[in-house]
Amino acid sequence: MRRLAWTAGLLAGVLILGALLPRVANPYIVQVAMLCGINVILAVSLNLINGFTGQFSIGHAGFMAVGAYGAGMFTLVIGQRWVQVMSVAGIPPVFAQGAALCVALVVGGLLAALAGYLVGLPSLRLRGDYLAIVTLGFGEIIRVLILNIDAIGGARGLFGVPVWADLFWVGLGAVAVVLVSRHVAYSTHGRALFAIRDDEVAAEALGVDTTRYKVLAFVLGSFFAGIAGGLFAHFLGYLNPQSFQFVKSIEVIAMVVLGGMGSISGSVMAAILLTILPEALRPVKDYRMVLYSLMLIVLMITRPQGLMGSRELRWPFRAARRRAAGAA
Amino acid sequence: MSSGADARGDGAPILKLDRVTMQFGGLKAVSELDLEVPAGGLSGLIGPNGAGKTTVFNLITGVYTPTHGSITFEGRSIVRLRPSAIAHRGITRTFQNIRLFGSLTCLDNVCIAEHQHARAGLWHAVLRTERFARDERAIKQRAQELLELMGLGAWAEALASELPYGQQRRLEIARALAGKPRLLLLDEPAAGLNPLESDELMHLIEDIRKRFGIAVLLIEHDMRVVMGICRRIAVLDYGEKIAEGPPEQIRSDPKVIEAYLGEEVPAGSGA
Repeated sequence: MRRLAWTAGLLAGVLILGALLPRVANPYIVQVAMLCGINVILAVSLNLINGFTGQFSIGHAGFMAVGAYGAGMFTLVIGQRWVQVMSVAGIPPVFAQGAALCVALVVGGLLAALAGYLVGLPSLRLRGDYLAIVTLGFGEIIRVLILNIDAIGGARGLFGVPVWADLFWVGLGAVAVVLVSRHVAYSTHGRALFAIRDDEVAAEALGVDTTRYKVLAFVLGSFFAGIAGGLFAHFLGYLNPQSFQFVKSIEVIAMVVLGGMGSISGSVMAAILLTILPEALRPVKDYRMVLYSLMLIVLMITRPQGLMGSRELRWPFRAARRRAAGAA
Repeated sequence: MSSGADARGDGAPILKLDRVTMQFGGLKAVSELDLEVPAGGLSGLIGPNGAGKTTVFNLITGVYTPTHGSITFEGRSIVRLRPSAIAHRGITRTFQNIRLFGSLTCLDNVCIAEHQHARAGLWHAVLRTERFARDERAIKQRAQELLELMGLGAWAEALASELPYGQQRRLEIARALAGKPRLLLLDEPAAGLNPLESDELMHLIEDIRKRFGIAVLLIEHDMRVVMGICRRIAVLDYGEKIAEGPPEQIRSDPKVIEAYLGEEVPAGSGA
């Protein structure tokens, strides 16, 4: 019952934020807020693979690209028609577009998950640096493939994806991904992931099917990255293979490492920080990226374990209740 | 416990190795080994350094696949099964060079081994259903009980890597027990403990065996430790079984004495 109330409360919060912020703030701020949301999804999903399971993947932009193009193409080919049909049937466009967007996001997510499954397979044999190189290669293959498929725009990019994703949808996506990741991580399945990260041989000897869980981490992480890509497509309205370069993967890794490997709340904070920081530094013009890099270096020197280490933020009252229960 | 024969350790074999050979390139780490572990009993596997004891454990738990020979557990072959599948069949182990999940609490370390007994799938975890909560409570409770049994109750929320060495060894045993094994393999559980601690641990192991009615196979480097509690001891040297029998017989076996004393003869052999 309490959980239901919480979910309803969160939903209402996202709805209010989505409706209110665009009215009081200028479009630029709203745009940055949406990018924050998309990056939160990317960072949390990569943390599932890198931070929780200890599989070093540096091809996250590739999964995002699969989701972005998958969802974008779905909407262009099918989704838009659905919306037309629904509007003829008298359904308000807001709902029709929302429904079509949801389906497009799931399609993008599933395609990315399929890609994650394929990349997850070598993770069963490769470790550490070797796996990193395979995922790096995968990300590049995806980008080059997109670049050369004319039907999805090729090097010109994919134009005309309807801009359906507003702050509400991005916020909803981010909240959903954070909650699901949290629930997975702090369950018996999450413990299996942690065990693989700490000692794969021991995990296997204690009955953890490491194959299954490593692939699961890849599939789940890439599914979420695909959703982030889908949101990105419907936020920008235009996709270009250049958006999914290796640098994008590195950006997400920086968020995960800065937030703390294995901390969901850390990833959320770092994603927001690293999205806002370059924007906030715009006044210094040419020195922007110099300062940005400098700040990253200082942060990593002062907190090598990341902002949160492997800890999580807890609701203050819940921690208090726990203490009270412990004292009793 | 249940039947007198089992408690004494001379019941029907629960694990049977038949002419098992493990070859690494030109090195025969284990050669034509026949070994039987009686159900419910406490048996020992001893031998000098490098005799192939840990290799035998790795063969039983599926880390290695034997070059030749068969391994049957409760009448069914376990050769070529994944280590996790062998754990599900009922064999769990500890490691000579402690392999705890260092970044997790002691409680979580034990919970992981309980994992395979959780029935609520991923969806239950995502949706936090009633069944998930019930499973999770049961897992935590049993893990806490096991910690207390091993004298680690107060350490439940401490990180495994922060435990003193001796406690880490105990935590490994608690973790292995959480998998509800019918055969527990202990790889030098007393390594690095002082004589008093190791006596204590050996009695604890004997208690555990009786309480859970499981079979225990123990690797030990130091002969004196196992003599007191094992009903049956097999001695390995250079990958071959050179003796097998009750402790009294092993103690006076000339081949065993030679293997152990011979260790010191060639100076600087690095034993």
